[in-house]
Amino acid sequence: MSDSEKKSFDGNVPEQITGAEAVLRSLIAEGINTIFGYPGGAIIPIYDHLLNFQDKIRHILARHEQGAAHAAQAYAMVTGKPGVCFTTSGPGATNLVTGIANAFLDSVPVIFITAQVVSGLIGTDAFQETDIIGISMPITKWNCQVKRAEDIPSAIARAFYIATTGRPGPVLLDITKDAQTEKMNFSYKKCTYIRSYHPHKPLKTKEIESAAILINHAERPLIMAGHGILISKAERELKELAEKTGIPVAVTLLGLSCFPTNHKLYVGLLGMHGNVGPNKLTNEADLIIAIGMRFDDRVTGDLMRYAQQAKIIHIEIDEAEINKNVNVDIEINNDAAEVLRYLIPIVNQNSHERWLREFRVCDKIEYDTVIKPEIKPKSGPIKMGEVVNAISELTQGSSIIVTDVGQNQMSVARYYKFTEPNTFVTSGGMGTMGFGLPASIGAKIGRPEKQVIAFLGDGGFQMTIQELGTILHYKIPVKLIILNNFFLGMVRQWQDMFFNKRYASTELVNPDFVKVAEGYNIPGKRVSTREELIPAINTMLNSESAYLLEVMVEKEGTVMPMVEPGASVSEVKIKK
Amino acid sequence: MKKEFTLSIFTENRIGILNQITIIMTRRQINIESVTSSESAVKGIQLITLVVRTTDDMIRKVARQIEKIIDVVKVFVHNPEEIVYQEIALFKVSTKSLLTGDIIDHLVRSHNIRFLDITSEYMVIEKTGHKNEIIRLLNELEPFGILQYARSGRVAITKQVKELDAYLKEMDEILHNENEKEEFEMIK
Repeated sequence: MSDSEKKSFDGNVPEQITGAEAVLRSLIAEGINTIFGYPGGAIIPIYDHLLNFQDKIRHILARHEQGAAHAAQAYAMVTGKPGVCFTTSGPGATNLVTGIANAFLDSVPVIFITAQVVSGLIGTDAFQETDIIGISMPITKWNCQVKRAEDIPSAIARAFYIATTGRPGPVLLDITKDAQTEKMNFSYKKCTYIRSYHPHKPLKTKEIESAAILINHAERPLIMAGHGILISKAERELKELAEKTGIPVAVTLLGLSCFPTNHKLYVGLLGMHGNVGPNKLTNEADLIIAIGMRFDDRVTGDLMRYAQQAKIIHIEIDEAEINKNVNVDIEINNDAAEVLRYLIPIVNQNSHERWLREFRVCDKIEYDTVIKPEIKPKSGPIKMGEVVNAISELTQGSSIIVTDVGQNQMSVARYYKFTEPNTFVTSGGMGTMGFGLPASIGAKIGRPEKQVIAFLGDGGFQMTIQELGTILHYKIPVKLIILNNFFLGMVRQWQDMFFNKRYASTELVNPDFVKVAEGYNIPGKRVSTREELIPAINTMLNSESAYLLEVMVEKEGTVMPMVEPGASVSEVKIKK
Repeated sequence: MKKEFTLSIFTENRIGILNQITIIMTRRQINIESVTSSESAVKGIQLITLVVRTTDDMIRKVARQIEKIIDVVKVFVHNPEEIVYQEIALFKVSTKSLLTGDIIDHLVRSHNIRFLDITSEYMVIEKTGHKNEIIRLLNELEPFGILQYARSGRVAITKQVKELDAYLKEMDEILHNENEKEEFEMIK
């Protein structure tokens, strides 16, 4: 060990340190104690220094860079702190692309640090050189290549400031190998200002006052709450606004868990596989108050027939999202919590019992036609909703739930009764199959005190199945439920409904998942009958270690209701 | 309906910024008709002028997305009637054919051109004006055999001085304050 490395243990910053050490000291200065990643040639100098900082930083070695990226994102989603992910140059960097894009579409702050070949070789097609700056430009909030050690602290400070403020998002720093080995004088100053970037805008009080007037006069108002509520930590304010005004609250997929599902004003999930009430009645509301959401096409259905009768108030921190998909009447380009705090005192106490009853009528129809047969079937094969509902009841809606993408995800979104904020981790905008397993690792590491349960399909599970190795390596006690229907279920559903039942490449031949898990020292069980289900779930929940429960579910299951592609939300189909 | 818009985009002078802007245009399938880039009146701030054809609705969305880029300071969208603009073109034409054509007098008077270079082989003609004026000259010169032709992108100044001027002044003040405050170093 060199003298400078010895000194670093006393907490004193030695006069001259390498860029690699500066990376770690900068991250520590930002309060980071967990990093997900995968080493390789160009990033060895940084990994080498990790050994000297083991008391301050825990590094989780994934089994593939994509897994590290998803884990870092899930970590950020459940802790509210930015995730950090290290990879090497070339393939290490390109393997991140799906993970970066996923974090970008779902507004999650993740600092991706990729290594780059030595600066003299950039542009020469050197070994493991790739233009990750060019590649990641459209999928990062900001990215930057660092070629000198002395620029590392300020680049990291900037990265954290940009990733975590305004509408959060991933940033990428590409640090050349020579910048990592070069010596520099270290000092760290947090970034609090960038002259071309103003995430905090003065409160639009005039617009909020106009919004209050609309709210006070509305007879059929509907709140649509999105991910922005969770990001801005506005859950309490949302509840206060709803309770004072008596306005029903619907949520988007990423808004799930921002409002208690057992609240009397909660009317359910919006979107393609959302609840009947909020979809249908979107087209009967006279006022829509959209908070921290972006009118994604999966929420709006056909835009020409979307809420044409309603006035729309859009509270959204990202100005580019306002009037992008849906033209609104009042735009409030501010942070959700700040807006709500100003809005609540100036709206009238009110109730909308008659309007609320219309939702309950829809609920009743949906319950009788879809929900009851899905969650409480008397006979036939096990249904996905049934599994989700059982776990929801057994955990009283208080676990952290991670999903993959497809029918498993939609079943969870529909049937898990969330009661606490930031307990739902899913891939929304990007719809990334393979997200679930690595995300469950990140979630459990972020919130070790919580039960973390991942619902995975047999397709998505196999896209990142190598992360079972990470669970084995770090003994991460996540609970994995494979809802196995031997199909890519959601694609199959579309083939069934819109492609004449031509099931092109959606049937899977699967391995014995319980045996695979066993190879990774993860206990597991396969159940295929209703009688076995609850005891098996209990065994899983009570397991101290990780556990894999494979549930053989109905092959032909269909997630309903559905707003079919091209249809209007009011045409939400209840039965196939 | 598609119309012509001129975008004045003020940015930090950072490598790759033009790329970030064009990515947004490409995603929306907007063709960039011309682009010029130079340092603005405010030191250290770059001015990129783009000319595009698209709809009112689209330009508004795209402008907001461009303004969202971290290193973009501000985007202004102008209709043609709101700006005074100019382009420059250079023509290299055979001296012999121009002299035989006996039209130099006509060219100078009706096109207000300048001669930048004259040799026994060729003449270099400079024409500044709007695109259609340049194209008119191009058409007129064509029969004489154009050896080379190059036209620049658009540069533009707003007629309504208030907005942009006030903004630039504000920028200048911010920059000034920052220098006093101990500026946050840009990464080169």
